[in-house]
Amino acid sequence: MASTTSPILEVRGIERRFGAVAALQGIDLVAGPGEVVLLAGPNGAGKSTLLRCVAGLVRPSGGEILVGGHSLRRDPAARSLIGFLSHQSLLYEDLTARENLRFAAALHGLDQIELRVMDALNAAALTPRADLRTGGLSHGTRQRLAIARALLHRPRLLLLDEPFSGLDAAAAALLRQRVADVAADGCAVVCVTHHPDEIWGAATRTVVLQRGRVVADQPRSGLLADFLADYHARCVA
Amino acid sequence: MNSARIALLVAAKDLRIEWRHRTAFTTAVIFAVLVLTAFVFARAGSVTLRDLAPPVLWVTLPLATVVTLNRGFLLERENGALDALLLAPVSTSAVMAGKWLANLVLVLVVELVALPLWMLFFNIEPTMRLLGVAAVAVLAAIGFTLPGTVFAAIAVRTRFAELLLPVLLLPFTIPPLFFAASATVRLLDQAPLGDLWFWLRLLALYDLSFLVIAVLLFPVVMDQ
Amino acid sequence: MTFDIDAAERVMRRGRVVMLAGLLAVAGIYVLALRYTPPERMQGLAFKILYVHAPSAWTMELAFVLVGVVGALYFWLQDPRLDIFAEASATVGMAFGTVLLTTGPIWGKAIWGAWWAWDPRLTFTLLLYLLFAGYFALRSALRDPVDRARFGAVIGIMGTLLVPFIHLTVYLFNSQHPRPVLMMPAKSPLPWILLRPLLWSFAAFTLLYIGFVMTRYGIGLKRAALEARDAE
Repeated sequence: MASTTSPILEVRGIERRFGAVAALQGIDLVAGPGEVVLLAGPNGAGKSTLLRCVAGLVRPSGGEILVGGHSLRRDPAARSLIGFLSHQSLLYEDLTARENLRFAAALHGLDQIELRVMDALNAAALTPRADLRTGGLSHGTRQRLAIARALLHRPRLLLLDEPFSGLDAAAAALLRQRVADVAADGCAVVCVTHHPDEIWGAATRTVVLQRGRVVADQPRSGLLADFLADYHARCVA
Repeated sequence: MNSARIALLVAAKDLRIEWRHRTAFTTAVIFAVLVLTAFVFARAGSVTLRDLAPPVLWVTLPLATVVTLNRGFLLERENGALDALLLAPVSTSAVMAGKWLANLVLVLVVELVALPLWMLFFNIEPTMRLLGVAAVAVLAAIGFTLPGTVFAAIAVRTRFAELLLPVLLLPFTIPPLFFAASATVRLLDQAPLGDLWFWLRLLALYDLSFLVIAVLLFPVVMDQ
Repeated sequence: MTFDIDAAERVMRRGRVVMLAGLLAVAGIYVLALRYTPPERMQGLAFKILYVHAPSAWTMELAFVLVGVVGALYFWLQDPRLDIFAEASATVGMAFGTVLLTTGPIWGKAIWGAWWAWDPRLTFTLLLYLLFAGYFALRSALRDPVDRARFGAVIGIMGTLLVPFIHLTVYLFNSQHPRPVLMMPAKSPLPWILLRPLLWSFAAFTLLYIGFVMTRYGIGLKRAALEARDAE
């Protein structure tokens, strides 16, 4: 196990091509415990591709990704440290909330599955609706379940892909709260978003991607308005 | 967790979902009944039902298989659930094996309903020999679903999954359906069992060959 | 992997030269077969179509086998050029398959009295043709070139495994169903005067195959290079 001071996520020189098209070129990214990295950039900059590479969902054409010191490509232990939450719920609509969580827990090889699932349902205030089919739940409830699913195996690295899209104010506030909680527990968080304001308060670092390259990587400082002005200058010009 | 348990976990999850709404099962059974009926009418009295029985069965079952196969990966596409499978620290081969197992069980259940209907519609006397037809149907189902699962996993990545799957899969059903139909003809003709063994062994050889190649290709088709 | 437009055009130019040589050679075969070769004793003039039919069968099988071989290599080397070659070879294989499926029934009508007699070799060709029709249907439905290469290779490998089973199927099928045969072509070895043009035709068609594939391969390389440039 890596010590608490060493980074949880290390991305070194990641490249990704789709045929002849280069989506990512020489990306370096590091995230340590408690860091919340805000990953911004215009459409087609490669944000989602980068996040999916880090999640192991897209295979990079070159470079290396280490999670908790384990190589993502070679060592399945790396994948068990990752939690992933996207604008899609990643849930089966014909399974109940409890069954969805049970399946996720079993896939991750967790022990004491029933106990963990009950805890997760309680924490997400889903217990009364635990045995209803997910397809019948409201969008906000489903998103709470999706968050519970992503955090069920207590990941060390939480990846968020536009998690706020389609959320109402209450659900977004809950998500921000959960992100702050896991970061306080020493989890590293990387969040891809089109709307930096959604996660600005929790962010500790900002990374801007443009045309598959990192064009800015700095600690969050100053005001959101300054960041946005700088961002617009870089990406819209 | 070992691969066999992952495969069973994924298969159980798929079958539970199918059990909840039974869309694939119901559609495939209705489809099979329609094809059986269509043949009886298209015959227009020119062929005896008895002669028609084996070929009709072995046109109906591969087509019904195609109808059931699309379901397995479409439900993973919904809400991006496939991502969750790939994110988990388990082998993609085990996940694919689970998808195949669920497909196989579903096709076998469809066959379980279709075979008695076939006997009923085509006046096949229930004898012990029909257990042979059941064995043939099991072997054929394995032969249909192995390439079928690989192709379904590929086809679902396009916008034309329902159209592509039959075009990709049907050439691969020709050898097993021929072996199966030949075995069925011999079973109904009370041919000596030695003759039957020949066809069963061919079917088993086909199943085994595609089992090996499918297991080798499973990680490739799951990879993003 | 970067693609060089100049290199692609070089391949295309060379391909055109080989293709032209192949076409001239095929024209030579026509002259040789029609003008300087006597009719076969039993089949008469109908035999002459074999100088086109038999080498087409050879080139089609060569083309499709290479798709499978290159598909297996792709998983090992991951070189996108292998897929461009596979697509070129499959396209040319389809063209020769079309020749095969056209000339076969013409010959069959003269010899067997039926356009389509479920002859094992023609049936085999038809099934292979359908398999590759699926290959192209899939390719056209996939947009990512990496997916096209990967899944094309999967179909190529599965198809290669299917081929012996199709062989077995059409052989067994044929032994069950006697064909309507007017005339059974003699199994005796061909006299040299008939065999020689046949051997030449195999050489000419192989040359034509190489020329076609080089040209298609060059076009594929250039397309990839242009896509890469547009993406910049």
